[in-house]
Amino acid sequence: MGRRALEAMVAELGRTGNASSLHGAGRAARRVVEESREVVAARLGARPSEVVLTSGGTEADNLAVKGLFWARSAADPRRRRVLVSGGEHHAVLDPAVWLGGEGAEVVLLPVDGCGRLDLDALSAELDEHGDEVALLSVMWANNEVGTVQPVEQVVALARAHGVPVHCDAVQAVGQLPVDFAASGLDAMTVSAHKVGGPVGVGALLARRGLDLTPVLHGGGQERGVRSGTLDVPSVRAFAVALEEAVDLQPTESVRLAVLRDRLVQGIRERVEGAVLRGPEVLGATPEDGRTAARLPANAHLTFNGCEGDSLLYLLDSRGVQCSTGSACRAGVPQPSHVLLAMGVEPLDARGALRFSLGRASGDQDVAAVLEVLPEVVDRARAAGLSGVR
Amino acid sequence: MRVLAALSGGVDSAVAAARAVDAGHDVVGVHMALSRNRDEFRTGSRGCCSIEDAGDARRAADVLGIPYYVWDLSDRFEETVVADFLSEYAAGRTPNPCVRCNEHIKFEALLDKGVALGFDAVCTGHYARIETGAQVDGSSTAGPGEVRGGVRRELHRANDSAKDQSYVLAVMGPDRLARAMFPLGEAPSKDEVRAEAAARGLGVSDKPDSYDICFVADGDTQGFLRERLGTRPGDVVDTEGTVVGAHDGAYAYTVGQRKGLALGRPAPDGRPRYVLDVRPATNTVVVGAAELLTVTALQADRAVWFVPVVSSDEGWFGCSVQVRAHGTPVPAHARAVSGAQGPTSGVEVRLDEGLRGVAPGQSVVLYDGTRVLGQATLTASSR
Repeated sequence: MGRRALEAMVAELGRTGNASSLHGAGRAARRVVEESREVVAARLGARPSEVVLTSGGTEADNLAVKGLFWARSAADPRRRRVLVSGGEHHAVLDPAVWLGGEGAEVVLLPVDGCGRLDLDALSAELDEHGDEVALLSVMWANNEVGTVQPVEQVVALARAHGVPVHCDAVQAVGQLPVDFAASGLDAMTVSAHKVGGPVGVGALLARRGLDLTPVLHGGGQERGVRSGTLDVPSVRAFAVALEEAVDLQPTESVRLAVLRDRLVQGIRERVEGAVLRGPEVLGATPEDGRTAARLPANAHLTFNGCEGDSLLYLLDSRGVQCSTGSACRAGVPQPSHVLLAMGVEPLDARGALRFSLGRASGDQDVAAVLEVLPEVVDRARAAGLSGVR
Repeated sequence: MRVLAALSGGVDSAVAAARAVDAGHDVVGVHMALSRNRDEFRTGSRGCCSIEDAGDARRAADVLGIPYYVWDLSDRFEETVVADFLSEYAAGRTPNPCVRCNEHIKFEALLDKGVALGFDAVCTGHYARIETGAQVDGSSTAGPGEVRGGVRRELHRANDSAKDQSYVLAVMGPDRLARAMFPLGEAPSKDEVRAEAAARGLGVSDKPDSYDICFVADGDTQGFLRERLGTRPGDVVDTEGTVVGAHDGAYAYTVGQRKGLALGRPAPDGRPRYVLDVRPATNTVVVGAAELLTVTALQADRAVWFVPVVSSDEGWFGCSVQVRAHGTPVPAHARAVSGAQGPTSGVEVRLDEGLRGVAPGQSVVLYDGTRVLGQATLTASSR
């Protein structure tokens, strides 16, 4: 967490007050919430009334996918199709799959070898079944391979068929310019902890007038679609962190892209068989930091012949913390569904590493990774794919 | 030393890892994911294959302050332990999957991977002792168990004979033993290990022991075999070849078994009948009187030796023999013979007195007192 967000949170933790109460302390808490909401809205190109505060990205995604499906299929029972891209985060994918057991018809839209949504497939789907589509959900940028999705074209295609579009922008905010109103999206997910705020708070931006059926029922807070007493300190810290991240984004994204490119170049020079997954990094982030093809802080590579858990252990023990993808609940690293959707062979997908750079990352961090990585990959290759003979 | 502590999520492996930390080693905890379809919670006494077990292992590592990882060895486990379990039963033999898991998973897949990643040893919660034998004469060529400057490593029974697991560990052989660490071998009892776990603040101190086959859901071995091997109806015959009953698959029977035979006709002499032989070639199960189960000679193959042996007619040596986990060792004489895997890969055993309940596929372990001399897999027995 960033220092300013932490200080703001600690200051609020010392105050009492339920933002739904009508007495003085309650009004004071409500004021903090509403000021924070205004900051979040302003930084994301939304109106304050469009910000539905949630417990984080997963809840916001669930609210968007389930809430839109329920509301849209209730208004017209023919609308049973839920369109999501095959590279979506599990917080979108799993609610969609769950809806599949509740009468929805789930359509996984294909992505290309770089993880980019196949617009022709989307167009064909909408032409054929446009009237039956409840919602479309496409992320702004992929959390694993960093691919920036063609949100503008997606919205244009969907709008022609009157289909609402939700976008999980958790990874994009603070990395790329994100403007909700300009995007034409109907709903968009953001999360505090990806912008240097606390975990456990986020928001769904929902266009005014968008009909959403609640997932959480109760006191009717947050526009009547999200009940639950608001976590004032977290909301405040979210706003402070988001404000800082969005303000720094133009310079930070260019700085991180340069650093990331150096990391990828260095790995390519030092480690044979390293393959970058997702869009090519070089030239992916123009100097204005606006029309990027790939998240500036993301590098994702596979190392053939390596098991992800070997790479994870070896790097962890040398002070480099990176991610091998997702883990199941028992803690077993799983081959990424995103890589598999991109057509990467399962065996290659097992040796995947995602490097994420942040505000604290600098030249010395890239140097440290490049220093240990060749030896780590050699060792991991020697240890082999133990599950495979 | 850099030690890889295998953490099952149970009390023994947690205390073993704690003792390795106390001994000053650089310890990393690893939980092996062995099952592809992991249950949320442990069911009954099945061990180490649920998400709850993985969580318990993680908490143990937290308490010990060591790094923790989960390694997925489920494909290897399926290809070796489960495949062997099925093919052995299909061939009419009685496998011990714990022996195969120690052979192929804990002290091969896990150990090899650990060594490749820079570890010196694998530490487990097994109850067995590793002793450093006498310095071997420098002029002699290295024999089994001679490592680290010619010092011989010996595998011995645990101090607590009730918990002793040397029987299922012997299969690893002396070379792999050199990279094993069993800190609980000296423990006086399981109760003391539990007390130590509680004193160390390990939440698993009162977790029940596991003893069923971990990959067989709800302990129903017959159901598991039926599901994986299918039904194959056939005859149950007596020693004369007369059909006395029917079965749904000969693989479901084990030599020495009495229950569950469901024979329509009682024996002429009215005495209980036992499974004497399982013959997959003809898909028949042979039953007969109890005394026909008693054997006095054993043959085994795939031998591993912890002592130098030669294959010769004069090579008989006195020992005690154990053919089941927690079985009583019996006095015997044994010798190495030439076998399918090499000049000393076979074993012949003459039992000083008769032994019952001996089935092909079982592990045969030879002891000299508490010390393991060798291990092999039973192929045949005779009266």
